Amino acid sequence: MTTTLQKDPSAPTEEPLDAKQLPRLVNWYVLGGAVVVGGVLNLLLGWNLAGCAVLALILYLVAIYVLARVVEGRRKATNRLMTGLVTTAFILALLPLVAVVWTVVDNGWGALSAEFFSSSMRNVVGEGGGIYHAIWGTIIITGLSTLISVPIGIMTGIYLVEYGSGALARQITFLVDVMTGIPSIVAGLFAYALFELFFGPGIRMGIGGAVALSLLMTPIIIRSTEEMLKLVPDELREASLALGVPKWRTIVKVVLPTAIAGIVTGITIGIARVIGETAPLLIIAGSTDSVNFNPFSEQMMTLPVFTYFSYKQPGVPPEFGIERAWGAALVLILIVLVLNLVARLVSYWFSPKVKS
Amino acid sequence: MAKSIDVSDLNLYYGDFLAVKDVTIPIAARSVTAFIGPSGCGKSTFLRALNRMHELTRGARVEGKIMIAGKDLYGTEVDPVAVRHQIGMVFQRPNPFPTMSIYENVIAGIRLNGTRMKKSAADDIAERALRGANLWNEVKDRLSRPGAGLSGGQQQRLCIARAIAVEPEVLLMDEPCSALDPISTGAIEDLIHELEEQYTIVIVTHNMQQAARVSETTAFFNLQGVGEPGQLVEYGETTKIFSNPEKEATEAYISGRFG
Repeated sequence: MTTTLQKDPSAPTEEPLDAKQLPRLVNWYVLGGAVVVGGVLNLLLGWNLAGCAVLALILYLVAIYVLARVVEGRRKATNRLMTGLVTTAFILALLPLVAVVWTVVDNGWGALSAEFFSSSMRNVVGEGGGIYHAIWGTIIITGLSTLISVPIGIMTGIYLVEYGSGALARQITFLVDVMTGIPSIVAGLFAYALFELFFGPGIRMGIGGAVALSLLMTPIIIRSTEEMLKLVPDELREASLALGVPKWRTIVKVVLPTAIAGIVTGITIGIARVIGETAPLLIIAGSTDSVNFNPFSEQMMTLPVFTYFSYKQPGVPPEFGIERAWGAALVLILIVLVLNLVARLVSYWFSPKVKS
Repeated sequence: MAKSIDVSDLNLYYGDFLAVKDVTIPIAARSVTAFIGPSGCGKSTFLRALNRMHELTRGARVEGKIMIAGKDLYGTEVDPVAVRHQIGMVFQRPNPFPTMSIYENVIAGIRLNGTRMKKSAADDIAERALRGANLWNEVKDRLSRPGAGLSGGQQQRLCIARAIAVEPEVLLMDEPCSALDPISTGAIEDLIHELEEQYTIVIVTHNMQQAARVSETTAFFNLQGVGEPGQLVEYGETTKIFSNPEKEATEAYISGRFG
C-alpha cells in the first residue's frame, strides 16, 4: 500500500522569485522623514526633545512596516519591524554607557595635570593636590588581591574540571555561585571581622582591603577558568595521556596553555570588577591624605574611596574637591581600559595560532 | 622492540554496563592486527583497554587479563603512565596540540615528560619520526609553523610521528583513516606496512578493504542486539577470514549481507 505525497491545493502559494522589493536604502529615507517630523515638532511647537525622539521612532516603525507590508508582503514587513526594534534596544543599551563615559571625561579632563598625578593630598586645602597616594593604594590593594585570587581561582577551576566529581565538586560549584552574588559590603565586613580578631577593634590596613576584594574576585576567576577548561577538547587530553604523559603534566603543559587566553580574560574581568569597589575599602582599608606604601600598617587611600570623599567633603571652596573627584573617576576608568587592552594583547600572544 | 600481547577472558564495563564480554585473543608482535565489526560492538573500547585509556572514562572497569611480554598490564604494581609510554595510540580524528608547532608536536612526548635533552638529539628524533611517518619532505621547511595549519591527512601523519617519536612497543590505531580522503588514506596504509617491521600494530577500521589490505590477522567483533555486550566472534589470518570464515555471522558481515 502506498500513498503519494500530494501538495495541498489550499496551502499558500510560494513567493515568486522576483517579488517586488522596496529600494535598497528605503529604511534610511523613512528614518530621515521620521526625524524631520520629530525635529519640526520640537523646534516649531516646542515639544520636549525626548518625547519627539520617541515619537519619531514610533513613526518610523509604523511607516516602514506599512510600506513593506503593502509592497513586499508580510514576512519582509515583519523582518523590517523586528530589525528596527532590535536596533532600538541596542542603542538604548549603549546610551547610558556612552553618557557615563562622556560625563566623566567632560568633567574630569580639566583635573588631569602633572601635579594631579604626582602629589598626595597632604596639607592641601582648596586648590592643588592630587591622587598619587590613591593610585598607589589602588595598585597595591588590587595587586595583592589578584595575587591572592589568581592561584586559588585557577587551582579551584582545575580541580572542578579535571579532578572533581560527585558531591564535593557540586557543593563547591554551588558555593562559588553564591559567592558571586554576595554584596561587596559583606566582603568588607568579613575582612574587618577577620582582622579585628588579630589586631583588635578599629583596625585599618591595606591588606584587609585586598582580602575583601579577593573574596569578590575569586569566584569570578573560578567560574571563568572552569568554563575555559571545559572548552578544551578531551581529544587533546587523551593525545597527551596516550603519549605516556602524567595527568598533572598534561594539565600544566597541554590543557592550561590551550585555555590560557580565556583564563587571562577572566582574570581581567575579575580585576575590573573589584578595582572600582568602594564599600569594602571604606570599612577596612580606610582613608588618608598621605602616601602609604605599606599594606600591613596604617590606612591606605584608594581611587574609589578618594572619589567618594572628594565629592562628599570637597573642602572650601568646593569646586576643587569636586573636580578632583571627577579626575580620579576618569583615571579609574582609564586604568580599567588599559587593563582590558593588556588582556587583549596577552590573549593574542598566548592563544593557539591556526593560520600557517 | 615490539612485544606480543595476550588477552584472556577480558570483560570491559562502563559502570554496571558490560560493554565487551569474554575476549580471548593473542596479538602477534611485528604484525598488523585489524579489528572489524559494526558500530557499537566494542572494538574501540577494547583497543583503549590495551593501553589503559579505558579506565579514564568515569566508572569504567576491567576484568580479566592482558599480558604483554609476560607482564600483566593490569597488575597492581603497574603504572598506567608507563604503560601508555610503551603502547602508543593514534586517534580517529587528528588531534595535534594547537599551542605547539609541528616540531614541538613531534617531540611532545619527550618534552611533556620533562626529559631534558640536547637540541641536536631532539632534532634527530624529530627528523626520524617525521621520516618514519612519511611527512618529512612535506614539512621540513616549516617545522616552526603551527601543527594545526596542516591538512587533515598531514595532521594525522603528524600524530603518527608524535606517537612513534617516543618509540613505543605497540601502536594502537583507532580508525586512523576515517576522517581522511583516499589519497591520504593510501599514504597512511603505506606507512602502516613500513611500521609493521618494527612495531606491533593494532588497527580498528570500518573499512573492510582496508583491513584486507593492511593486516595479517583480522578479528571480527559483533553484538547480539542493542544493549547486549560486544563479543569477539572469531579471529584468524586475514586471507582466511575474508575468504573462508568459520562463523556464519562473519561471512554475513564481510559479504555485506548485514551491517
